[in-house]
Amino acid sequence: MTYPGEITRRQLLRRIGMAAFVAGPGAGLLSACATGGAGGGSAAPTTSIAASADAKNPFGVDARKPLEVVIFSGGYKDSYAKDLHEELYKKAFPGVSIKHTGTQQIGTQLRPRIVGGDVPDVLNNSGPDALDLAALAAEGHLADLAPLFDAPSIDDPAKKVRDTVTPAVIVNAKINDRDLVLNYTVSHRALWYNAKLFASKGWTLPKTWAEFTALGDTAKAEGILLFAYPGQKGPYYQLWNVLYTAAKIGGNQVLIDIDNLVDNAWNADGMRQAVAAWVDIQAKYGDKAYFGLDHTQTQVKQLQNELLFYPVGSWIENEMEKDKPADFEYAIAPIPDVTAADKMPYGAIQVGVGENFVVGAKGKNPQGGLEYLRIMLSKEGARGFTMKTRNLTVVNGAANGLDLPAGLMSAAKAQDAAGQNIITDARFEGWYKELFDYGTEQINVVMAGRITPEQFCTNMQRKADDIKQDEAVAKQTRSQ
Amino acid sequence: MERLRKYGFVAGFLVVPLTLYSVFVISPYVQAFQLSLTSWNGYSAIVRYVGLDNFGRLLGDEVFWQALRNHGLLLLALPLTTLVIALFLSFLLNLGGGARGAGMRGVWGSKFYRVVFFFPQVLAVAVVGVLFQAIYRPDEDGVINGLLAKFGIEPVGWLIEPGLALWSVMAVMVWQGVGFYVVLFSAGMAAIPKDYFEAAAIDGAGRVRLFFSITLPLLRDTVQVGWIYLGIAALDGFALIQVLVGDKGEPDGATTILPITIYKNAFSFGKVGYASAMGVALFFLTVTFAVLTLRTTRRERVEL
Repeated sequence: MTYPGEITRRQLLRRIGMAAFVAGPGAGLLSACATGGAGGGSAAPTTSIAASADAKNPFGVDARKPLEVVIFSGGYKDSYAKDLHEELYKKAFPGVSIKHTGTQQIGTQLRPRIVGGDVPDVLNNSGPDALDLAALAAEGHLADLAPLFDAPSIDDPAKKVRDTVTPAVIVNAKINDRDLVLNYTVSHRALWYNAKLFASKGWTLPKTWAEFTALGDTAKAEGILLFAYPGQKGPYYQLWNVLYTAAKIGGNQVLIDIDNLVDNAWNADGMRQAVAAWVDIQAKYGDKAYFGLDHTQTQVKQLQNELLFYPVGSWIENEMEKDKPADFEYAIAPIPDVTAADKMPYGAIQVGVGENFVVGAKGKNPQGGLEYLRIMLSKEGARGFTMKTRNLTVVNGAANGLDLPAGLMSAAKAQDAAGQNIITDARFEGWYKELFDYGTEQINVVMAGRITPEQFCTNMQRKADDIKQDEAVAKQTRSQ
Repeated sequence: MERLRKYGFVAGFLVVPLTLYSVFVISPYVQAFQLSLTSWNGYSAIVRYVGLDNFGRLLGDEVFWQALRNHGLLLLALPLTTLVIALFLSFLLNLGGGARGAGMRGVWGSKFYRVVFFFPQVLAVAVVGVLFQAIYRPDEDGVINGLLAKFGIEPVGWLIEPGLALWSVMAVMVWQGVGFYVVLFSAGMAAIPKDYFEAAAIDGAGRVRLFFSITLPLLRDTVQVGWIYLGIAALDGFALIQVLVGDKGEPDGATTILPITIYKNAFSFGKVGYASAMGVALFFLTVTFAVLTLRTTRRERVEL
């Protein structure tokens, strides 16, 4: 007599036999395959961690649980995490152990682990080998950050974390309407130039396209190139530049439409005018040799005063710090007015948040992950980051009183001057990598004059349409 | 019983290598075939089968065809150039000096040249890539363009002109590959009995006649192997192109190749299923090429 649910020895053997038959010989070995079989876990929605009002430990971190932190060790290196944020975490929870990994190969290192359902507690997802966050979110690997934003801040328990950071953090945190990503740095993108060279020549910043080209002629007479971007490795700097110019001409809606894959978004007037304007600059004032130079080679040329304007972000100052001669001082220049009727007035620059941090929902210590991010968003954590990397963070007022380098100061001033006229970021870079990758290739083709600006817009539109129709690509939308 | 012991003994030795081979070679192949039938994105736990959809999409994918055209060009030019240069050099190194004393010898200093020719082969591909970036640099700081500038010639965009880029890359491949084949052919030539050359030389054959009537026919198998190696190299090129010109097939798709396209689709665009389909296509291309080459060049062996 057998009880319900009990398996007899005979049944057991039969089942093992069936399993062996189904799996076939060698299945034991092959089960270590790329997709991980059923071991990956289901895509169940992540449960949020409740935040208490306890300002010391709102997420209920267990100090006995170790924390794993993976940092992209790129331009910012990883010492800000290792020597600063992790130390602060250890101070808050004495005796806790932290496993730190600094790598430039985020995807290569983590992809196999993630497929197996093993995600680090804190992940700085950045660099050319970054993971697809939307795909991770779809699998429920990313912890909800809403409790973090609603938790009391470290410096002032009466204030929520969400009120201590720049609003763009909250807007950019969303994937499919859930707060999953923390952007930690603020960068200012426009054209960058040598303020000391301008001062010594008595040149002023061009405000209109006519002044821009006039300065191009003046500079040409002195053997200086008006503008260049790196055709190798860094053509996306120029893609950004063209996109931001389009937003200046036609308003941020141009970029929002492009991100939302709206029909004919790439054929908008602002976009076409922006491409045409820059192609014209390249043809009249550019040098085709730069199509074959990479970002470092181009940036060194700028340090040697061989070119005036370079489209990049505020990280450039720290990046070139070692090579920068004494008579070079980085400063930001807004994109000049392209038409007389640009939607955004002169002075508009792009101010964006960047450097993604996520917390693993299925990791061993998601509470610790949230707490780690809360520590990063403290004044001490943010100031330390700025001092170590010379880049600003999203924490309001964290850099107050710090002795900022000249370039960052100029960026801060430009942001004040721009006021509400802030150019938004183009998010298809992260959402639809294939489209962005295609854009960075096509921008070289159009800038080199091998296709017309109209053809560029048509090509981009066709690619965007392909992506829109591709069911395999998860779609994102934005309203602002 | 004895049979069992005998085969058991053999099998005992084979277990380890066979296991390693199935885990690290066979199983990835099988998985690639399996994944090519799915729309897997590299992350999801649920794998959806889409049948042959991926292969259908391949047929309409411009990038795929562009890559095939480039591989076709590489397949035609790379083996031919490399083999001709390698044969010429190894002939000079081994037999070019004519018959002196006992047997044939190479041109003066051939031992030294042999080492020099092999140098590029010793360098890592990444090093070669960086090296040639400096050589091909499109302004006057470039090695070639710096020389051209001395003669008042405008800098040439070796890697940024659509018509030039693939040839420039190919030149690097040839430069790097020739040394290996010189050594390979030298070994082959050393295996040809000296009497043949002596007999032919007595009959009045010159060096050119010696090469075409004796060396080349007796080297046939070696050349065939070299041809297949180079064909496979022409279907690869991943590391060199990645370092030298980047992964976007620039300029204008002139350096688009399948391995990089596969890598990008799988790891950057999250289309692992589609990338696997390309991988499967590449697998069949490579196998077809190898089989065709072996079939068409098969001939009765010459007994030495």
